[in-house]
Amino acid sequence: MNVALLFGDANVRAVALGSMLLGTGAGVLGCFTYLRKRALLGDALAHATLPGVCLAFLVTGTKHPLVLLAGAIATGALGMASVNGIVRHTRIREDAALALTLSVFFGAGIVLLTRIQKSGAAAQAGLDRFLFGQAASLVQADVWLLGGVTVMLLAAVMLAFKEFQLLAFDAPFAATIGWPIGALELLLSALIVVSVTVGLQLVGVVLMAALLVTPAAAARYWTDRLPRMLMIAALIGAFSGLAGAMVSLIAPRMPTGPWTVVAATFAFLISMLAAPRRGLIARLLRYLRMRQRTTDENVLKTLYHLAEPSGDFDAARSGAALAARRPMPPRELSGALGRLAQAGWVHRAGGEFRLTPAGRDRARRVVRLHRLWEVYLTERLHLAADHVHEDAENIEHFLTPELERELELLLARPTYDPHRQPIPYDPPGPVR
Amino acid sequence: MSPAFWIILTGALAAGSCALVGCFLVLRRMAMLGDAISHAVLPGIAIAFLLSSSREPLPMLIGAALLGMFTALVTEWLHRQGRLQQDAAIGVTFTSLFAIGVILISAFAGQIDLDQECVLYGEIAYVPWDLWVTSAGVNLGPRAVWILGGAFLLNAAWIGLAYKELKVCAFDPGLAASMGIPVGLFHYALMAATSITTVTAFESVGAILVVAMLAGPAAIAYLWTDRLSHMLMIAVAVGVASAAGGYALARALDGSIAGAMAVVVGLMFALSALFSPRDGVVPRVLRRRRLGAIPPAQLGARRDAA
Repeated sequence: MNVALLFGDANVRAVALGSMLLGTGAGVLGCFTYLRKRALLGDALAHATLPGVCLAFLVTGTKHPLVLLAGAIATGALGMASVNGIVRHTRIREDAALALTLSVFFGAGIVLLTRIQKSGAAAQAGLDRFLFGQAASLVQADVWLLGGVTVMLLAAVMLAFKEFQLLAFDAPFAATIGWPIGALELLLSALIVVSVTVGLQLVGVVLMAALLVTPAAAARYWTDRLPRMLMIAALIGAFSGLAGAMVSLIAPRMPTGPWTVVAATFAFLISMLAAPRRGLIARLLRYLRMRQRTTDENVLKTLYHLAEPSGDFDAARSGAALAARRPMPPRELSGALGRLAQAGWVHRAGGEFRLTPAGRDRARRVVRLHRLWEVYLTERLHLAADHVHEDAENIEHFLTPELERELELLLARPTYDPHRQPIPYDPPGPVR
Repeated sequence: MSPAFWIILTGALAAGSCALVGCFLVLRRMAMLGDAISHAVLPGIAIAFLLSSSREPLPMLIGAALLGMFTALVTEWLHRQGRLQQDAAIGVTFTSLFAIGVILISAFAGQIDLDQECVLYGEIAYVPWDLWVTSAGVNLGPRAVWILGGAFLLNAAWIGLAYKELKVCAFDPGLAASMGIPVGLFHYALMAATSITTVTAFESVGAILVVAMLAGPAAIAYLWTDRLSHMLMIAVAVGVASAAGGYALARALDGSIAGAMAVVVGLMFALSALFSPRDGVVPRVLRRRRLGAIPPAQLGARRDAA
């Protein structure tokens, strides 16, 4: 099957383009709901449109898409007002406000829908489309509508970017400096309601919620900057829409909406695993590296401790001597010694190890930090001397040179730690 | 027994067991979990249907319950290990599972006589005719009443037994941990109870009513009291009342019973939010008025007297 040829088909093009437009717009708006910790707002609003669709049909008797759309937007906005009102004026929190609004509005919609069904009008077929969506039935006119809505909301986000950004991160501050918070919230809410309502016909209630949550959540892993997050979310949304359309193009029985969501979830999983810095793999590597450094420094420190009584830092020690002084799993010890030898901190001669000059300096620094910290805890925080070792054991690997200097200044270079062990300075002498 | 009695009893039992669990969900700010679970079970039901190739309720119930627990676990994992906001974790999980469910159903459309509608809108109106008849031919009444009654008793029993621990966990997990209460265990017990309650209830009353009953009665009760024990009792009472009221409303409007019960929950919440003496909007405004109504002269006189 030639895919490129199929894209010449107007209907196929409409579905693909429509899904991409929807994904883009929802991705961008989703970033704002995500950052305001209202990721499930889309879900609640999508449900809240049902009574509006039914009422519009009951009142006007037509199934014209624009009439139904107007009804949907009306109750969607009402749902938004209900969530905001509950959170602002009662002690009920976001989550319960969303769940209540969602279920009560949808319940009302179901009551109306059953009435329509019982009234015998064979019309409710067209209303179902609002619940479950039907991307395959997209026509050119729908794409124009979607395109118009998407361009409008992207333009609005660009024009009011600075305002929306502050609203997302620090709404109280925006209010303090006199910005019209209410109007901004209303604008953002209106954009979300319109985007949700338009999207419903494509992918249905539940999957519309996904388009608002998943691309934004995925984008958050890649960056700490809002403009970048918006762009990444838009790209992921567009990619998901295209992927969904492609699947249902290749396998015609497959629904577009669910595959769009699966594609978005796939993008989310990859982001969660592989994103630099915030991703799971990057975090795991960071953790392992940190643990390795801690082990390495502990081994260096043990070599130092072994040499301390005699003062002979050039003597070689066996692995058994090290393990006797500081018990640790043999594999961990030999791994650390291998790394330290390779990087030039220790020198390996036969089966024995001794500190190189650089290694001795580093070991001395760790010991110094440990003992300085113990002095700090006993003298400044008045902890008992037998309670400070564990804490120092942890922090000795993390104190920066700046903090080290601060400690030396604060404590005026004490000679001994609380256990009467000498504190080695580089170079020795009083603090300058 | 008339059908109306069985329908109201089923609704009341579903509402009762949802309300009990719902109180803890509302206090832990996890009310949307019920919504998530009731959607996420779709693939479980589809797979159970494929494996058992029948509409037997038991395999479906097991499939749904497994997926419910899975949803709760994945949500928790995304939140803890994936460092995702709780609400986004819920959203990502349930929408993707639901999408997979829809895909399964369309892929095996020939073999699965199921659609999203019948899963999401379990119809409470059919409850009186789905009877449990033993092999000896004894009619024991509607099946749903037994299932939901069991779920209600189970919830009441375990909440009663672990009441003190649950209470501390709900209000101050940090304190609970320092007292040696296994906070994680109670969290997962609550998740398990939520998914079992959700699954048993939505099969007969529909997902929407389950969401309404998990969040609604608990939120209403929270507006009336500061005591957990009172909150639980008020929530159950509100749930039962909305089941009865909803049935009457559905009769009057000739519409969906489950939908009408949800609407009654909404109305009761609106009334409580406006008029509850503790937290209602109207009493609060009145209190503020009264404070402002003390004439300045009188205030001055009081100051002089002091």
